[in-house]
Amino acid sequence: MKRFVLLLVFAFLPVLSLAADEKSGEPVTDYFPADYPEAPSVRPEGQGIVKYAEDGDSKGNFGRHPVHDNQLFATFKTDRFEHQWKEHGVEVFLWDVQGWIGEDYNKLYLKSEGEVLLEDSHPVEEADLELLYSRALSKFWDVQFGFRQDFRPRPQRTFAALGIQGLAPYWFEVDATAYLSEDGDLSAAVEAEYEIMLTQRLHVIPRLEMGLSLQDVPEYEQWQGITDLTLGARLRYQISRKLAPYVGLTWHRKIGETGHNLKKVGDDIDTLGAVVGVKLWF
Amino acid sequence: MSQGNYVSRRRFIQGVGSAFFLAGLQAALPLPLWARANHWGLDGLPSARDRYDLTIGYSPIVIDGREGTATGINGTVPGPLVRLREGDEVTLNVTNALMDTEHSSIHWHGILVPFPMDGVPGVNFAGIPPGETYSYRYKLVQSGTYWYHSHSFLQEQSGTYGPLIIDPKDGEPWPYDRDYVVVLSDWSFEKPETLFRNLNLLGHYYNYQQRTLGDFIRDIRQDGFKETMDERLAWGKMRMSPVDLADVTGAAYTYLMNGNSPDMNWTALFAPGETVRLRFINASAMSNFDVRIPGLDMDVVMADGKAVRPVTVQEFRIGVAETYDVLVRPREDRPFTLFAESIDRSGYARGTLSPEPGLTAPVPLLRKRPVRGLQDIGMGMMVGEMNEGEMGGGHGGHGGHGEMGTKDDPRIPGPNGPEPFMPDRKTSVNVAMTIPNPRYRLDEPGLGLGHDGWKVLTYKDLTSEEPPEYADTPEREMTIHITANMERYMFSFDGMKYTEHPGPYLFRHNERLRLFLVNHTMMDHPIHLHGMWMQLENGADRLPYKHTILVKPGEVVSALITPIEKGDWAFHCHLLLHMEAGMFQVVRVV
Ligand SMILES: [Cu+2]
Repeated sequence: MKRFVLLLVFAFLPVLSLAADEKSGEPVTDYFPADYPEAPSVRPEGQGIVKYAEDGDSKGNFGRHPVHDNQLFATFKTDRFEHQWKEHGVEVFLWDVQGWIGEDYNKLYLKSEGEVLLEDSHPVEEADLELLYSRALSKFWDVQFGFRQDFRPRPQRTFAALGIQGLAPYWFEVDATAYLSEDGDLSAAVEAEYEIMLTQRLHVIPRLEMGLSLQDVPEYEQWQGITDLTLGARLRYQISRKLAPYVGLTWHRKIGETGHNLKKVGDDIDTLGAVVGVKLWF
Repeated sequence: MSQGNYVSRRRFIQGVGSAFFLAGLQAALPLPLWARANHWGLDGLPSARDRYDLTIGYSPIVIDGREGTATGINGTVPGPLVRLREGDEVTLNVTNALMDTEHSSIHWHGILVPFPMDGVPGVNFAGIPPGETYSYRYKLVQSGTYWYHSHSFLQEQSGTYGPLIIDPKDGEPWPYDRDYVVVLSDWSFEKPETLFRNLNLLGHYYNYQQRTLGDFIRDIRQDGFKETMDERLAWGKMRMSPVDLADVTGAAYTYLMNGNSPDMNWTALFAPGETVRLRFINASAMSNFDVRIPGLDMDVVMADGKAVRPVTVQEFRIGVAETYDVLVRPREDRPFTLFAESIDRSGYARGTLSPEPGLTAPVPLLRKRPVRGLQDIGMGMMVGEMNEGEMGGGHGGHGGHGEMGTKDDPRIPGPNGPEPFMPDRKTSVNVAMTIPNPRYRLDEPGLGLGHDGWKVLTYKDLTSEEPPEYADTPEREMTIHITANMERYMFSFDGMKYTEHPGPYLFRHNERLRLFLVNHTMMDHPIHLHGMWMQLENGADRLPYKHTILVKPGEVVSALITPIEKGDWAFHCHLLLHMEAGMFQVVRVV
């Protein structure tokens, strides 16, 4: 029960903060100074003014909107969609995709990330799906909250998610999310990317990913503190804005208590891999 | 960034050769008669009428041999030349034959009309439903060069525009031998909705002139590591791009002159020794142009349809929806290139002024894409000990004004200047940047201009030729802030998109109003007010009349306005996609 309440509070905290964001609807009345002379009230024949505020539709005369500044868009992109060759002949396929539907302020995000081990049996190592409501919070940041489902590793887990996504100063694209699992465990993931333009179409993209855990969760091989770190660099060529193949390197290491414990049991805690992939955008 | 580099970095542009071939095919193209190459000007065309029938419908367009579908008028892009006479009562019947659209419309840009005739759906009327005709009727109280275009959805981008000229009832103010309309526009084979979507998903979608690692290294060599780093960090901290000059660029556009691509080479004929009137109209959806005719001086004699004291220039910047009439006097028996470069230098529109058909003159190289200096947006103070003018990237002669606060500048009228603007909680998402000290910039030709050794027109050069009609002293002042968030592709006035404003801006009938416009964005915005003139306060003894004012980044301009007609009027940025994204408001004259 306590967990459930915590989960609820966690997920709906942002809603409370946004409630204060209600748009004030009162019309502006102080355009003219108080002693400003009245305009003559006689109007030419046939030129009565239809006030759009009184026209049934609040934003246009005659039932039309002159502009359409609140359009709904939907998009889907593969941030990473790649084949990885790791050390010791291990090959995996990794996807990291997201899509959204929405307008300037409110969006619904769908994100998924996962890894398939490319062996005969094709076991899925990791796979998750996030469904997030996203709200524009400030000029460069969105607050996002919702749920994450981990299908792998097993047993499956459900999380509440709360994070921010946006553009940090100096053009770093950042996505930082905290997760509360159904067992009450708190963790977080931070991703940051930067685009170095070698030419208009050839870019180098350094990438950093970090995992954190607030408590020991040995059944999922996580211990308190920073759990793992992934550094990558990809060289991407934009054939078009919507099609950009890339090659790169990625280095992953379990660190902190997690690294220490896994090393004790003989696990390989750091791996280097080469990647080939494509960024697609619809 | 010294001037010397401009020449060496110029790009070579090809494509002159095919002009001869295409000229012969012109007769088969969907172009109106006046826009076809090799004619002798408007004198050979029908004179003014008081009635036109215009039908907006899907029509084929052929650009460089490729066929697309346009929303043309009477089957052509641009639409027919509407030629009217001052003082006439005119009837313009507009039929919407776009059967799959909600409505269409025509707005008569710059023409003073009664409220129901202005043609903005949702402001002045309900638009014209498919299959129906709307009769615009009004009496003309002005003359000059104007244009007309659809105000429905993004139809203007796909070809719903044309020139409109009004012959004065008392004859033209200056003599000339030939008269040409030069309509500049931008055509994309991509649907306008696609352009809008792509920009909403990625603000720099069409910008292929961003600063690269190579630029960074070169700047370090030129300006030193510290200066370059300081400059890059200042921009990076704001998350602003100094090369965000045009949203849609030559990557998506073919720039047109009278419906002809550069290769199709629209040609106007003249006999040496004649005086030729060129009526430049920027009917683009998203493209501001820099216009010049290498080898010829241009006397600017009209701005936005209104006579101005002639100014001799070699180049002028024409914002979207502006018009300039120039007189040129070619003495030599040789062709001259009409060259209109998009302000981000990603392409150009081109034609030829020629003594006989089929000749071409050399086409200038595109200049290097300029870089905005922090000074240009009034943020020079952000970079510590930077030398004055060094970052200007564009206007050496005016560096001294950079540090002057708005209030201290005697050229900005009014006791207090514009009201300051601070985004609040409600507008915080809309406003990516505010300019603490907006500057007077009317004496600057614009970014990337003024360093080529020739005279470029500035707004300060404009003086009206008409006797003053209204008092010089305003009864009331009002400030409107031009705001945007490029990353989210949100454009607004006073930090609010159109649908977020609680109500219209209120103007009083026949009052004398001073309107300040302050540009808090990185881009030049052509701001257009329907239904009344704006008289630009540029220090001239007779203030020039404008229907569209191109406001530079970080600039404050002021205009005196007398709202002569009651009703609701559109007020918006004339970059079509900025307007659609929310940089639009209704002005109510009560
Ligand atoms: Cu604009």
